Amino acid sequence: MPEKPKIGFYWCASCGGCEESLVDLAEDILGVVEAVDIAFWPVAMDFKKKDVEAMADGYLAATFVNGAVRTSEQEEMARLVRRKSKIIVAYGSCAHLGGIPALANQFDREEILRYVYEGAPTVDNAVKERPKREVGVDGSSVTLPQFHDMVRALNQVVDVDYYLPGCPPTPRLMKQAVSALLSGNLPVRGSVLAPDLALCDECKRKESKPADLQYLKFKRPQETLIDPAVCMLAQGIVCMGPATRGGCEGQCLRGNMPCTGCFGPTSRVKDQGAKMISALASSIKGSSEDEIDAVLSTIPDPVGTFYRYGLAASLLRKKTG
Amino acid sequence: MSHQPEKPTNGWEPRIIAFFCNWCTYTAADLAGVSRLKHASNIRIIRLMCSGRLDPQFILEAFAKGADGVLIGGCHPGDCHYIEGNYKALRRFRMLKRLLHEMGIEDERLRLEWISASEGEKVRSVVNDMVAKIKALGPLALPSKIASWDEEIAGNQELALEKEEAQHA
Repeated sequence: MPEKPKIGFYWCASCGGCEESLVDLAEDILGVVEAVDIAFWPVAMDFKKKDVEAMADGYLAATFVNGAVRTSEQEEMARLVRRKSKIIVAYGSCAHLGGIPALANQFDREEILRYVYEGAPTVDNAVKERPKREVGVDGSSVTLPQFHDMVRALNQVVDVDYYLPGCPPTPRLMKQAVSALLSGNLPVRGSVLAPDLALCDECKRKESKPADLQYLKFKRPQETLIDPAVCMLAQGIVCMGPATRGGCEGQCLRGNMPCTGCFGPTSRVKDQGAKMISALASSIKGSSEDEIDAVLSTIPDPVGTFYRYGLAASLLRKKTG
Repeated sequence: MSHQPEKPTNGWEPRIIAFFCNWCTYTAADLAGVSRLKHASNIRIIRLMCSGRLDPQFILEAFAKGADGVLIGGCHPGDCHYIEGNYKALRRFRMLKRLLHEMGIEDERLRLEWISASEGEKVRSVVNDMVAKIKALGPLALPSKIASWDEEIAGNQELALEKEEAQHA
């Protein structure tokens, strides 16, 4: 019997939800374990960096990396697993597009450190101590990774072969990806392993979306009773569906919450937020600047609304100046 | 060597991408031309059938690829050849203004003007005024900023070293 392919899982700047989502495979994970050897998975089993370093280059058939890249350690590990893996799959929104951590690209490094170690109300740090890269303890030195100036998607640091979108990716997409990897029946390198149509296409509420939308104000989900059968946009709720790739089977919408965009854009869109602004703003009711601004003022946080998962991968990437 | 953009230096000229609609503003720019009106040569005009065709992605991409300013020209309200394309442009513009502000891009770098086909003179005054304002702001220089952001990535340092070695080999 031929040796089973070796696969790895690694995480960078992430919440752990992607790792958790592997457990959502439930009993299907047994089929995965039967077909492959998990050769590296620090969250679930004890592995050290030197174990990976000891592997031959390309030893791992595929590694699923979740999380964005913010520190020099994450960058170094991303490079290491890249070298050791034939295929790298960016798993989840953070590795794919920067994800929630990339919202920090609205602030520079100094602003973040100052707030976290000095400004936050729960911090008691009168001497304004900050973490140091290196500190001596009992005659030896202890080091910390460099905190980079910005958050990056995985493909802004290493070459990525495939992307599994979502916060987190669904078990169904993961199963499809694993079977595609095992059969070698893979799409073009660089593909996102999910359908290439907007979420609206598979949304159960599609029929109730009017041909001509007109927004008088935008409501946030907590400000209104949401009709579970009617298109979110028709109810004046910002739903990222029109600018977001489908494949999640409308999970949030089935839970009566609007899409927030975690699957990222389709292949024909370069900038998810700009595309959503295009779709949404054009249907605002009003033709004078004041009328338009009054409607737009009901979107308090445009960056967080339109780039919730994709700021690092957007055209502007980071606040300038 | 630093990639930090410098304040206006000798020789720097703003690059402004102008999206003009076919029916009004582009025709006005044409009129300015045949009337031999001289304006600053810093704009590169891209003709669209309608300002309503202007995808916000075009604007962000223009900035990301090195434009110092983006000028949008459309028909006056009520005059759109396609009835309400210019209103769609105005609504997207108002949202983009807020977005750009939050992303640290100065207000003056994105401008929308209604210029009818007969207003060649307005093309000249708007372009000259915008060029003067962008000159006062200095370069946006996003491509070099992006390059400098990525200098912290070790792989880029390795690549830079390899390139340097290759050059000296």
